[in-house]
Amino acid sequence: MSFLKLFKSENVANNSESIWYENWQLLKKNKSAMFGLYIIIFFVLIAIFAPVVAPFDPYAQNIDIRKLPFFSWPYILGTDDFGRDILSRIIYGARISLVIGFISVSISLIFGSFIGLISGFYGGWIDKISMRIIDIMLAFPYILLTIVIVALLGPTLLNAMIAIGIARLPQYARIMRASVLAEKAAEYVEAEKSLGVGNVELMFRSILPNCLAPIIVQATLGVGSAIIESAALSFLGLGAQPPTPEWGLMIASAREFVSSAWWIVTFPGIAILFVVLGFNLLGDGIRDVLDPRLKD
Amino acid sequence: MYKFILKRVGMLLPTLFGVITLVFFMLALSPGEPARVILGERANKEAVEKLNAELGLDKPMHVQYVIYLKKVVQLDFGRSIKTGQRVIDEIKSRFPATIELAIFSMILASVAGIFIGVISATKRYSLLDYVSMFGALFGVSMPVFWLGLVLIIIFSVNLNLLPTGGRMDIRYYFVPITNFYILDGLIHFFKSGDLGVFLSAVTHMILPAVTLGTIPLAIIARITRSSMLEVLKQDYIKTARAIGTPEHKVIFKYALRNALLPVITVIGLQFGMLLAGAILTETIFAWPGIGKWLYHAIESRDFPAIQGGIIVISTCFVLINLFVDLLYSVINPKIRTE
Repeated sequence: MSFLKLFKSENVANNSESIWYENWQLLKKNKSAMFGLYIIIFFVLIAIFAPVVAPFDPYAQNIDIRKLPFFSWPYILGTDDFGRDILSRIIYGARISLVIGFISVSISLIFGSFIGLISGFYGGWIDKISMRIIDIMLAFPYILLTIVIVALLGPTLLNAMIAIGIARLPQYARIMRASVLAEKAAEYVEAEKSLGVGNVELMFRSILPNCLAPIIVQATLGVGSAIIESAALSFLGLGAQPPTPEWGLMIASAREFVSSAWWIVTFPGIAILFVVLGFNLLGDGIRDVLDPRLKD
Repeated sequence: MYKFILKRVGMLLPTLFGVITLVFFMLALSPGEPARVILGERANKEAVEKLNAELGLDKPMHVQYVIYLKKVVQLDFGRSIKTGQRVIDEIKSRFPATIELAIFSMILASVAGIFIGVISATKRYSLLDYVSMFGALFGVSMPVFWLGLVLIIIFSVNLNLLPTGGRMDIRYYFVPITNFYILDGLIHFFKSGDLGVFLSAVTHMILPAVTLGTIPLAIIARITRSSMLEVLKQDYIKTARAIGTPEHKVIFKYALRNALLPVITVIGLQFGMLLAGAILTETIFAWPGIGKWLYHAIESRDFPAIQGGIIVISTCFVLINLFVDLLYSVINPKIRTE
């Protein structure tokens, strides 16, 4: 497990900053990862400054300009069936998608890692029970699990985030548990134990920081898939509800016009594609840095 | 070896039991009464109570659970609220459509994915490699439902080459035998000499199969490439080259065979995923399979149908994963010792 060694020096506390700095230097050399990062920064800026950047009100309907084609100045990407500016709706949609991505990944990250940490550290019946539950959750294809959870909770954006967070949680728990098991056997843990360091401190201050590498990779890639999944839920009518400018919903509401107004379907999808591409490029880059084993 | 199989199969039962139990409690604890769904929002209290008693929903939870378990073991999921048909019959009639779609998507994804992966690995850092790996990255970053619609816009609306949805042109009336329409089309051809049914089935298959197969294709291409690169580094490949073995033989006979080990696992796991992933693709292409059916069941809160659908899909998923594990242990003895 070579990536663990990157973090595992005798004096982690003093060295950790320089290790993160070193990794950042390595990551900076990776052009495609940097490209991914720029895409993400671009979308984050757009999301933050949406009211400034967007040329029109994303909710403003105007029946005189319904379904204006692509490149009808000043509606650069055209308008939808309610005469709303597509570009403005895509810009506001970035807010929703990014928030969903980050929040749902945070849910799986926090709860999943916690479960993995506890069960890996304590072992015994805690480990047995939690891993059985995780196994059962993994027995559902996660797309199905997500859809079912959100269908039962009720179709709202918040529930979509919770559903995606829960359905992806087992993966984080598994990864975390595996790292903790490897780390628990390390000498420094033994040493700290013999010095009388308490369990909680040992878990959170010594072991946890050394187990973060694979979790960070998973989380970065996870934001991208969470964005796709939330768009899919909205597309099925199980996520955002009209008139929210959510990308998946925009695609769904334009389904009946595929033959007459291709631009309404196409552009929100391109936005999803690029933002997810950004997270995938960055995630791959981070993995190459933290886990050189997988580099090819 | 037998010990490993026994252990792995032994784990199956508790997992399935867990799945069945989890499905029961998820639905039992979810808001919304089935009786209300059947009778409508304005039904009076007496009617709702009467129906609850008929459905056995007035009994205590643990009693309901035991009854439910007994029924599930006999594959009895009750009757659909919407259609009144037995849920298991509805699933049976729709499953072949999904299986057929999943098989064709997987064939497409495996053949193209392995081919692209091998080419990329052998021509590493070439333009071809960059283009295919960037393409693969696009493939995994794309929302499937959007890809389906874009394909419809291009191939159905603009080029008018392929149908927008369904499994078969309505002009053709024929009695399905296997319910795998492409196979049925072939049978029909041998019986009557008419190729139309077969061709119609194939043209209807293309766009959904491409849509559903894109993500697995991209994943398989990436795994094949990295696995090939790993194998090509090894000494026995160097030896084979040194003694003058032709390059195509080195690649396809010596390297690919070992490189395929992890690829087979991924193909298996992706196939399991496809059964569930078909929900989106089937909805877009009006494909009358289990995914679209389950989606409508969820939409109308048809509880028995949802229950049956989830249990059947998850069971298939678990069985496929088990099969992949066992297959992997057969072809790679190293795993058994763990």
